[in-house]
Amino acid sequence: MSSSTNPDVYFIPEPSKWPVVGTIALTTTIIGAVTSIHSGAINLILPVGFLMIAYLFFGWFGAVIKESLADSYNPQVDKSFRIGMLWFIFSEVMFFAAFFGALFYARTIAVEWLGGAGNNAMTHELLWPAFDAVWPVMSNPDNTKFVPPKEIIEASGLPAWNTAILLASSVTVTIAHHALRANHRKPLIIWLAATVLLGCTFLVLQAEEYIHAYTELGLTLGSGIYGSTFFLLTGFHGFHVTMGTTMLLVMLIRSIKGHFTADKHFAFEAVAWYWHFVDVVWLGLFIFVYWL
Amino acid sequence: MSAVIEEHHDDHDHKPTGIGRWLFSTNHKDIGTMYLCFSFLMLFIGGTLALVIRAELFQPGLQFIDPELFNQMTTLHGLIMVFGVIMPAFVGLANWMVPLMIGAPDMALPRMNNWSFWLLPGAFGLLIASLIMSLMGMGSAPNFGWTFYAPLSTTYGPDSTDFFIFSVHMMGISSIMGAINIIATIINMRAPGMTYMKMPIFVWTWFITAYLLIAVMPVLAGAVTMMLTDRNFGTSFFSAAGGGDPVLFQHVFWFFGHPEVYIMILPSFGIISQIVPTFSRKKIFGYSSMVYATSSIAFLSFIVWAHHMFTTGMPVATELFFMYATMLIAVPTGVKVFNWVSTMWKGSLTFETPMLFAIAFIFLFTIGGFTGLMLAIVPADFQYHDTYFVVAHFHYVLVSGALFGIFAAVYFWLPKWTGNMYDEGLGKWHFWLSTISMNILFFPMHFLGLAGMPRRIPDYNLQFAEFNQIASIGAFIFGFSQLILLYNVIKTIRGKSSEKATDQVWEGAEGLEWTLPSPAPFHSFTTPPTVK
Repeated sequence: MSSSTNPDVYFIPEPSKWPVVGTIALTTTIIGAVTSIHSGAINLILPVGFLMIAYLFFGWFGAVIKESLADSYNPQVDKSFRIGMLWFIFSEVMFFAAFFGALFYARTIAVEWLGGAGNNAMTHELLWPAFDAVWPVMSNPDNTKFVPPKEIIEASGLPAWNTAILLASSVTVTIAHHALRANHRKPLIIWLAATVLLGCTFLVLQAEEYIHAYTELGLTLGSGIYGSTFFLLTGFHGFHVTMGTTMLLVMLIRSIKGHFTADKHFAFEAVAWYWHFVDVVWLGLFIFVYWL
Repeated sequence: MSAVIEEHHDDHDHKPTGIGRWLFSTNHKDIGTMYLCFSFLMLFIGGTLALVIRAELFQPGLQFIDPELFNQMTTLHGLIMVFGVIMPAFVGLANWMVPLMIGAPDMALPRMNNWSFWLLPGAFGLLIASLIMSLMGMGSAPNFGWTFYAPLSTTYGPDSTDFFIFSVHMMGISSIMGAINIIATIINMRAPGMTYMKMPIFVWTWFITAYLLIAVMPVLAGAVTMMLTDRNFGTSFFSAAGGGDPVLFQHVFWFFGHPEVYIMILPSFGIISQIVPTFSRKKIFGYSSMVYATSSIAFLSFIVWAHHMFTTGMPVATELFFMYATMLIAVPTGVKVFNWVSTMWKGSLTFETPMLFAIAFIFLFTIGGFTGLMLAIVPADFQYHDTYFVVAHFHYVLVSGALFGIFAAVYFWLPKWTGNMYDEGLGKWHFWLSTISMNILFFPMHFLGLAGMPRRIPDYNLQFAEFNQIASIGAFIFGFSQLILLYNVIKTIRGKSSEKATDQVWEGAEGLEWTLPSPAPFHSFTTPPTVK
């Protein structure tokens, strides 16, 4: 608790325009997204919104980096940042929990009940008597509305490679962290670059898998509950990997610029935490979406 | 670009000026004020929608609005009151009071704090724009009830539903960032000597509420995301034809929704726990049991969600589990009510407006708690489900619970915020009119519900006419009584004819916030006070 009892100095940032920019950016993006979805074609508002979000990220994080380099942050601020990042990651865990919950519910309850389990014999009989409750669902209750997949992605192929890649990337980022703590800049940069590369490889393979699923297996967002849970879980994970890789890339640039010291590099640690979180989510996905 | 506040600063009150002071603020008091003003504005908008509903229900038959618009009124009334009034008001109070109560200069993350606020005008701008467009004849506003059950919101939702979905996303981001900020502030910014078990109960309740927010707002985001993809990208989470289940929506929604109920009451518990000891001139009875009771309520709130869904055809064992778990909540809640009453026991009581609202809270919230117990009983719930009994129940806990807590807090701390005493006479008028009219408004709804009147309908059977008329009269008295509060607050802020508040404000007040001058300086504690 020594950090919170620093007697003479508190840090309070100056008034900042970024929160308001953030709101305008988000609102613009939302209006762009919804009007694009409704008209079926991407309109001009959406990319403008995205540009504003990019501006927000550059500006806000840029301001924070400047303050950090100017040594404005005392240990108390550092601790606030740590608490903030920790609980932000927890909120992300809960976001994924909603989709994992949907997956478990669909597998163990919704599909079973549609197949007549429990006291649902009449539901089965009256609604879709031909429906067979098996997981993965290769034949939907209504196959005209939701065209079922011909095949699904096997766990042993690309997903197994992707598991190895992400696990390896967790190792490389840890090696980089150790190098940073020992003040060895060269290995830091090499291992961090390796992590970014592994992240990119994962994304390329994931894209490969999606193309395969859509063009050859007939596994799409619209192919019933299996496709729904598969694409939303892996898709949001992929989005998080994209964010994580971008963050790692920024850390790489900052490492090259020499922003970090052996004892002061919270940004790096925060990104490493985030990367481990993305890794753990993938393990959940690999086990429950691909494997079991 | 940073300001470091040194110990020997000459002028603590150098405020930024103009509109920039509010737009770019990093000050917990200014941000708190914006939250509270926003919430007050939303109260009048949401209240107006409620009066439209009550005007329509004054008589059977269709008088003023068609059923389509009626559905939009109930939906937006609920959404605005929950996400636009109660939650922002609590966050505003946390912003103002948590740093003062723990001896901090500001919130831990002041810039993010400002974003948490400014997301709300964006989110509600989108939501209210859909209502204005609906009134101009351009499509319908959200019309599926504030719980937006699938398939009403997926297959049958109007186009504006997609704006609504993103608006909920923005509210979620706002709440999560606000909660993270409060947690970081409480863990990291407490004055030396302010151990966890010395924190004021209001700080404790907000600490626990913040964890609830971080745990469930992302789940709500997940629910609306599944809605979005079901509506627009062909997924079938909530469609049985694709192997999904509309009931899944209810599970995900209420996994958020039930902790949300406690998010909307725990800070009020904290407020009451500050006010009752002050006006009883005693320490709070059972401080540690208050903390443990709040924690127990928070824990239990995660394992009771399906009591909102007893009629969806769950297995009996599941229903029994959720019934008993729900009834368990009565135990820690009973501990709290017992402690408040025991705090008043043999106290030297006075009845200023905050205390009046606090006592009304204890009594009326308990009524809402008892009807909650009735609703928890599975076979009884089969009868009460989706009737006006439920409407009566949650308005007793949300109006005479959450909202009265907020009213009490405003009267209690307004002198500290403005440096001026509010008009006690007007405060009492506001209290008595609100409390009496609130009961005229909601008490008959119990009878209507028990007699079988369903909720969310614009028309009803003749036999329900009298109770509905009484309720509508109560509604208009209650609604217009709030203008007294508005007038009183403005009068106090202007302070021309007000009595100046002392630093301590209330004779029995204890705690760090009362050691600061009234009004509290722009930066609360520039050096940490020591707590013995």
